[in-house]
Amino acid sequence: LLTPPGTQGCVCLTRCPLLSPHPPLPSAPLQDIRNTVGNIPMEWYQDFPHVGYDLEGKRIYKPIRNKDELDMFLEKMENPDYWRTVQDKMTGADIKLTDEQVDLVHRLQKGQFGDVHFNPYEPAVDFFTHEVMIHPVTNRPADKRSFIPSLIEKEKVSKLVHAIKMGWIKPRKPKDDTPTYYDLWAHEDPNSILGRHKMHVPAPKMKLPGHEESYNPPPEYLLSEEEKLAWEQQEPAERKLPVVPQQYRCLRAVPAYARFIHERFERCLDLYLCPRQRKMRVNVDPEDLIPKLPKPRDLQPFPTTQALVYRGHTSLVRCLSISPSGQWLVSGSDDGTVRFWEVCTARCMKTLTVGGVVKSVAWNPNPTVCLVAVCVEQSVLLVNPCLGDKLLYGATDQLLESYAAPEEERVQPVQWVTATVEEHSKGVRLLVQHSKAVKQVTWHGKGDYFASVVSDNSNMQVLIHQTSKRWSQNPFRKSKGLVQCVLFHPIRPYFFVATQRYVRVYNLLKQELTKKLMTNCKWVSSMAIHPGGDNIICGSYDSKLAWFDLDLSTRPYQLLRHHKRALRSVAFHRHYPLFASGSDDGTVIVCHGMVYNDLLQNPLLVPVKVLKGHVMTLDLGVLDVLFHPTQPWVFSSGADGTVRLYT
Amino acid sequence: TVTRRLCILKGIYPHEPKHKKKVNKGSTAPRTFYLLKDIKFLLHEPIVNKFREYKVFVRKLRKAYGKSEWSTVDRLKDNKPSYKLDHIVKERYPTFVDALRDLDDALSMCFLFSTFPRTGKCHVQTIQLCRRLTVEFLNYVIASRSLRKVFLSIKGIYYQAEVLGQPVTWITPYTFAHDHPTDVDYRVMATFTEFYTTLLGFVNFRLYQSLNLLYPPKIDGQTDVELKPSEGKEYAMDSESYLEKLSALSASLARVVAPTHEDEAEMDEFPVEGETAEQMDTRKKEEEALEKHKKLFEGLRFFLNREVPREPLAFIIRCFGGQVSWDKSLCIGATYDVSDPSITHQIVDRPQVERQVVGRYYLQPQWVFDSVNAKLCLPVADYFPGVLLPPHLSPFVTEQEGDYVPPEKLKLLAMQRGENPEEESEEEDEEEEEEEDDNDKEEEEDESEKEEEMKLKKMEEQKTQSKKALPVKVTAGKLRLEDKQRLEQEQQSEEKRLAIMMMKKREKYLYKKIMFGKKRKVREANKLAAKRKAHDTALREERKKSKKARRA
Repeated sequence: LLTPPGTQGCVCLTRCPLLSPHPPLPSAPLQDIRNTVGNIPMEWYQDFPHVGYDLEGKRIYKPIRNKDELDMFLEKMENPDYWRTVQDKMTGADIKLTDEQVDLVHRLQKGQFGDVHFNPYEPAVDFFTHEVMIHPVTNRPADKRSFIPSLIEKEKVSKLVHAIKMGWIKPRKPKDDTPTYYDLWAHEDPNSILGRHKMHVPAPKMKLPGHEESYNPPPEYLLSEEEKLAWEQQEPAERKLPVVPQQYRCLRAVPAYARFIHERFERCLDLYLCPRQRKMRVNVDPEDLIPKLPKPRDLQPFPTTQALVYRGHTSLVRCLSISPSGQWLVSGSDDGTVRFWEVCTARCMKTLTVGGVVKSVAWNPNPTVCLVAVCVEQSVLLVNPCLGDKLLYGATDQLLESYAAPEEERVQPVQWVTATVEEHSKGVRLLVQHSKAVKQVTWHGKGDYFASVVSDNSNMQVLIHQTSKRWSQNPFRKSKGLVQCVLFHPIRPYFFVATQRYVRVYNLLKQELTKKLMTNCKWVSSMAIHPGGDNIICGSYDSKLAWFDLDLSTRPYQLLRHHKRALRSVAFHRHYPLFASGSDDGTVIVCHGMVYNDLLQNPLLVPVKVLKGHVMTLDLGVLDVLFHPTQPWVFSSGADGTVRLYT
Repeated sequence: TVTRRLCILKGIYPHEPKHKKKVNKGSTAPRTFYLLKDIKFLLHEPIVNKFREYKVFVRKLRKAYGKSEWSTVDRLKDNKPSYKLDHIVKERYPTFVDALRDLDDALSMCFLFSTFPRTGKCHVQTIQLCRRLTVEFLNYVIASRSLRKVFLSIKGIYYQAEVLGQPVTWITPYTFAHDHPTDVDYRVMATFTEFYTTLLGFVNFRLYQSLNLLYPPKIDGQTDVELKPSEGKEYAMDSESYLEKLSALSASLARVVAPTHEDEAEMDEFPVEGETAEQMDTRKKEEEALEKHKKLFEGLRFFLNREVPREPLAFIIRCFGGQVSWDKSLCIGATYDVSDPSITHQIVDRPQVERQVVGRYYLQPQWVFDSVNAKLCLPVADYFPGVLLPPHLSPFVTEQEGDYVPPEKLKLLAMQRGENPEEESEEEDEEEEEEEDDNDKEEEEDESEKEEEMKLKKMEEQKTQSKKALPVKVTAGKLRLEDKQRLEQEQQSEEKRLAIMMMKKREKYLYKKIMFGKKRKVREANKLAAKRKAHDTALREERKKSKKARRA
């Protein structure tokens, strides 16, 4: 700050700029009450009666203030110089500013110089002239160091030189002035397409958006509330739409898409982290997949419609058998009866109460003998139904009675018992009593022998009986598993035994195992043999039907999975190339199974008809199927207590 | 991370081994497998050494900073190692067409990066470079008029251009600030962008060359002069405003060879062997349609209001030969004012326009997009400001047989064929309404008829009761009509069922899968159709109600 020239010679002890020009003190006797405390905050003296010390070290007391607010106000109103009165902080005295001082304040407030007479725009005086003088300004001789090279610099330079020599410092690279972009593909060299490029799998392009991604999609693409909820609950990977379609009424209302960066990032990840693979899309016309088979119409005759229903049984009909002439049908049921029907009229000719569940019935295939084997609990009944030609059934009775007991009793696994009179009147002629429950009986083609299967775990499961000699034998020494059913070969002396998973073929003459067929099924339920004797079909509880060609292999030639549920029985027709299978799903499927004499030609299997009719009861459908010996008709017995004939 | 960068730059991707267990030492845990060949290929890459040098450089620099050796820091920075990706681009894309085929991701990425803020996330230089390259590409598309399809989706705007016969699709986000996610690794994206910018730069160069344009692009001299006075002197330095002028997309570019008003060098006709006259005709027609499409907006003058997105609209309009301008204060490069009487279309996106000028259409921006996709200037009535807009359909969907086709699309197709479905539909509507009225009357008539019938029945009953007929009745035998066709059909279907039973397991599985897919497709289409129908009936009823209310 410039001191105004008018107050020169005044020593300023205080640094308060306003009061620096020492004011003429109002009271002459107190001459010099300058404060000596120095430049300190005066608040420190707030609580004291004095404000500091004068030059002699005596206290300077604060002036006595006895004015109250009212006095102050009155003074403010009355004193015309009130506005120019200020309090000196250092002494506490009120000072009235002079006109000069007020002027100074005004000038400073305006940002002007404090001195009125100061001219800031005076012409500049060149102290050091632009003219070059011939003499130096100083007369000092130059230093020695200005004539000799600097050691420090030399040291530095040598360090740098050494570093450059050693290759630690490299010269600045010349600026590369080739343009950043140029025609990279100016010389497309066909040789540069390497194997790599041929092997390269280009990344698939991102899916292009459909209508549903539009900002204003057609209304049908918008999700309803439930769909939206379902969308939210789905896993993000499972969602069919990546975003919920939304409708905005104008472009202005469309917000930013929050997942934009995410999607780009995911695409980047896909590009460098996803394994790529060329996948051949199966582009097949589904119609081409369907095999070309001969039309069923060309494979007639086969049963097509349900012709007759044989009603009478009150419980499941487990088994069926037909007389060799094809006139009579026998059925065994869970209600403890065996019924004999006339095929053409569906009339029940005879009912035989046997007092137990009938597991199996078998009509003697010999047309000269009229005999039916019936499995009831532990015994096999040989029944003469007394139907048809009187001569015929009379001859059968005679044949049975002509038996003469041998001299020496032989030990037999079963007991042959002649029927009592009461039973005889019903038609029962002989009882073959086993030790355990019998589940199947089957005749040999000639009609003299029959085999029975006992549900047992020992080697006594299969027994072969001779009717004329009333003699039984046990062909097996060892048990090979749970036997499900047995079968005689129609022509040759072979015997088929089906256990759970295998079918064993025994030669009865040589008494040895000839073949073991793997069925590829879990549990065989039934078995039938082609009249030619070279083909076997096996039904199984895992709803498969296996066709074996005995000449071909021990594995199934074909496994048919036509049925939806377990197969209960299978049957071959004696003349026509037909076979049928009945299943728990209530259907009988009739298939055309042509076997050619030419060994090179494989059998032709074509399903020709699905026959429905049986009502599902107790979760069971068809229990037995049987072909008519001469006509292309098929019988089926079901769990609903009926036997049906399809022609 | 070096491996990751290398893989990204060189385009190496993992492979799925044929025998996963064999490769994975017996375990089936998910792991990524690379071909040994690929990794060896990476090792030969010279850029690996550059990466190493860079690592060393960073280490040295850090050390120098730590010791505050500023001269060393300067020296190191002078010698900062740099690398180029030119050879990698050439190696990955031996021909230009290969590069074009792979341009989709590059463009989308560059467009995204060019919208990033200049702080954090990635280098400013990258963002600027991306912006420059994308603007250059847009300018090329304008100059070559190769834009084909545009689509406003909720994600952003999709564009499809046909560059030298290759379709190139890219997406740009709507211009809003990004809400930067935290679970995204920006370094991966930056590496991709590094490669993509190189690729796009070379592609741009080549494309500009193919059109005889200067690269780096220069605004055409005449227009440049025209632009200058309008924007005023104190705008910015020339070097800075240059990119902005370019990105305004309003000026054409300078050519190496002055355009000699090419007379659309007519294609010589080569009779190709085996090509019939019909095929030739169709090809010719397609070409004509394409030419027409390219000149869709030719002669029209657009003005963009400030609330519509300027860049996409300016780009699209210029791509199809239209002239476009905007408010001077909105962006550099405006060529004419709102008050220009020659303006034919003004794009507006607000509920109503105060002070309309006679002689121009006020339209919502969707009109531009829909017209481009429809390849013709659509009738403007549906797109006036404040009007409920028709649905915006995706141009990328080509409906196959059996797919659901929205009715708007059908209408559009009819329009493209040259029919005028509008009137018909209106007539139909009227007819429908009339029919409905008729129905009402008929219903009334029906009711009266029913009453009469009831009376008759009662009388008959009375008669029969009086007669007291015998309880035994002879009912007339019904003639059972055997529908031969149906029978045949049934038989055929049964045959098919039986044949299906004989299929092999694998084929059956495949067949079932195919059939399932087909059925699902049909189901979905049906669902959409039903939804639409319900919506339409609801709408019509509402309209009817409002009409009745008005009448009453």
